[in-house]
Amino acid sequence: MDVFNAIVQVLDSTIRLSVPLLLACLAGLYSERAGIFDIGLEGKMLVGAFAGAAAASVFHSALIGLGMAILISVAFAMVHGFASITHRGNQIVSGVAINFVAAGSTIILGQAWFQQGGRTPALQPGERFEAIVWPGAEAVRDVPILGPIYAELISGHSILVYFAFAMVPFTWWVLFRTRFGLRMRAVGENPAAVDTAGISVAWLRYRALICTGVLTGVAGAYLSMVQNGGFVKDMTAGKGYIALAALIFAKWKPVNAMFACLLFGFLDAAAIRLQGSPLPIIGKVPVQFMQALPYVLTVILLAGFIGKAIPPRAGGVPYVKER
Amino acid sequence: MSTPYAKLPAWADYGLIPLINLSVAFIVAGFVVMLVGENPFRAAVILVEGAFGKGTGIAFTLFYATTFIFTGLSVAVAAHCSLFNIGTEGQAYIGGLGIALVCLSFDSVLPWWAIFPMAIVAAAVFGAAWGFIPAYLQAKRGSHIVITTIMFNFIAASVMVYLLVGALKPAGSQAPQTRNFLPGAELPKLNWIIELFGAKIRSAPLNICFLLALVMAFLVWLLIWRTKLGYEMRTYGHSPKAARYAGISETRIILTAMMISGALAGMMALNPVMGDQHNVAIDFVSGAGYVGIAVALMGRLHPVGIVLAAILFGMLYQGGAELAFEMPAISRDMIVIIQGLVILFAGALEHMFRPYIQALFASFSPKSVGMQAVNGKGA
Repeated sequence: MDVFNAIVQVLDSTIRLSVPLLLACLAGLYSERAGIFDIGLEGKMLVGAFAGAAAASVFHSALIGLGMAILISVAFAMVHGFASITHRGNQIVSGVAINFVAAGSTIILGQAWFQQGGRTPALQPGERFEAIVWPGAEAVRDVPILGPIYAELISGHSILVYFAFAMVPFTWWVLFRTRFGLRMRAVGENPAAVDTAGISVAWLRYRALICTGVLTGVAGAYLSMVQNGGFVKDMTAGKGYIALAALIFAKWKPVNAMFACLLFGFLDAAAIRLQGSPLPIIGKVPVQFMQALPYVLTVILLAGFIGKAIPPRAGGVPYVKER
Repeated sequence: MSTPYAKLPAWADYGLIPLINLSVAFIVAGFVVMLVGENPFRAAVILVEGAFGKGTGIAFTLFYATTFIFTGLSVAVAAHCSLFNIGTEGQAYIGGLGIALVCLSFDSVLPWWAIFPMAIVAAAVFGAAWGFIPAYLQAKRGSHIVITTIMFNFIAASVMVYLLVGALKPAGSQAPQTRNFLPGAELPKLNWIIELFGAKIRSAPLNICFLLALVMAFLVWLLIWRTKLGYEMRTYGHSPKAARYAGISETRIILTAMMISGALAGMMALNPVMGDQHNVAIDFVSGAGYVGIAVALMGRLHPVGIVLAAILFGMLYQGGAELAFEMPAISRDMIVIIQGLVILFAGALEHMFRPYIQALFASFSPKSVGMQAVNGKGA
């Protein structure tokens, strides 16, 4: 029974840890499917986290916090669009720039506005998203097997967690069942064809980037308003890059993205759980090995040893109308 | 890379446009300073005075610049071959491992001038090896170099943390770093050069790596513009198709460019490790690899530009430290913003002002932008 409880706990933290990855990964999916590489997921999450926590603690409202997180994150996405769509700049360079501006400005502004060494004030109840307890969760907790699963895994998360998982089928539907999704995929594969059909390539790509901004904003809000109860400097700590890795691992597909993020979240949860304690058979696994595993797996996948990851064909190439 | 823009005179292309982009980056940074509630002009004065006001300041500025020359050159060499090496950070980190192995083995028996060449080679080899894997995967398996080098930065960080809290940590120590090197692995300082000009210096870490960096800048110039290999790299950078048509081996050129880039990145570690800290500690690179991207872009991938850009960033680092004393609201992280803005305006938005400048030039003298003056009308 102890083992079972431990497993449920690890899975529970898997869900909590994979939510920001999942949101950022889906965010990247929109922009990369539209042919815009986005290394700036990390930075957009970070400004989202900062804006969310700052606004929530100033206005004493979690919803205003979420709104600000989305707004600022979309604004950064638009800068990326302005550089890489309107001015046809290098998308990687622009993404790198956004990450730096985000990393620096959140610390500077946080220190100037709140004077707590780059933190925002700890969020009070009502300023953050609370866990939602599903009906009957406490009642069934003692039922063997199913009880803990219902009470721990399904119930007791914040609304943003359910939102993140709801976004998976929604993104699938948008991508493969709507006109916007079809055009977005087309613009990522062959923008010239979309242009020929009389549809604006730039406007489509901008809209895809707005979706990216919204989702990274929610991801940031989750970090600072659900997981942590306040903004801490550099709190994304590479999650944007892991999300990018997950996106490649998922071969740019929404449902795969969920499983990739759950896998990477699980590795993270297991690393925390196993800290210092030896595993049966293998013995003690260094924490650093578990931490590096998502990156190693992605490299191996990219090298084509586990299937083949083929990015959208027009990704990274600015579109120039022929004259 | 071909640009869909008409030509400008060289001085405008290499002087005016970078200057405008840089100014815009600093103006935006000034707005951030205002947002924080400080006076941007006073901040700029403190920054420049902190960097160049005293001998010690100059020495620190050049010390930081040394680091950035290496990483800037590293990014630039790869970029000439149209490879975006974001992995400079990780390659430098692993380069530090090579240096640590050499120094820890020989610092009790050999003098610095015998250890230094070995450390250079070790740093270069380790850095190059860390650049080799992504390059191989790009050339042979088609995996995108940007993504793999990012992944390799994280893997490098994990490897180094693993070693520094384990095998490389002296017994009985708590800090995650190697033992301090003996004097045999300490590089001589260069502060006397600045003292020649009459400035007084209190313990600044400027060391002979600065000269090594300048030599490397010259060698990179030689490589890129005066050798067959450099020509092939630039050809591949302009058009992989043309390079293939000319019989240049894609695999060979990618591997060579990335290994040179990795070697330069690895050598960066000499400066902080042997010149200043005298040990290898966790995260000693602390973002210098990423600064290299800004430096390379600002220097327009030319060694002379890179040295100048590196000195500018050295100034920002040193002056930024002074700024943090004078204006508590502004910490050194201001530099990170400026760095980001420079990358944004000098890199991603590099062509933003170009059409306007072209129009301006065309209105003065149509010939200067390669247009024929037809019947007195300029375009």
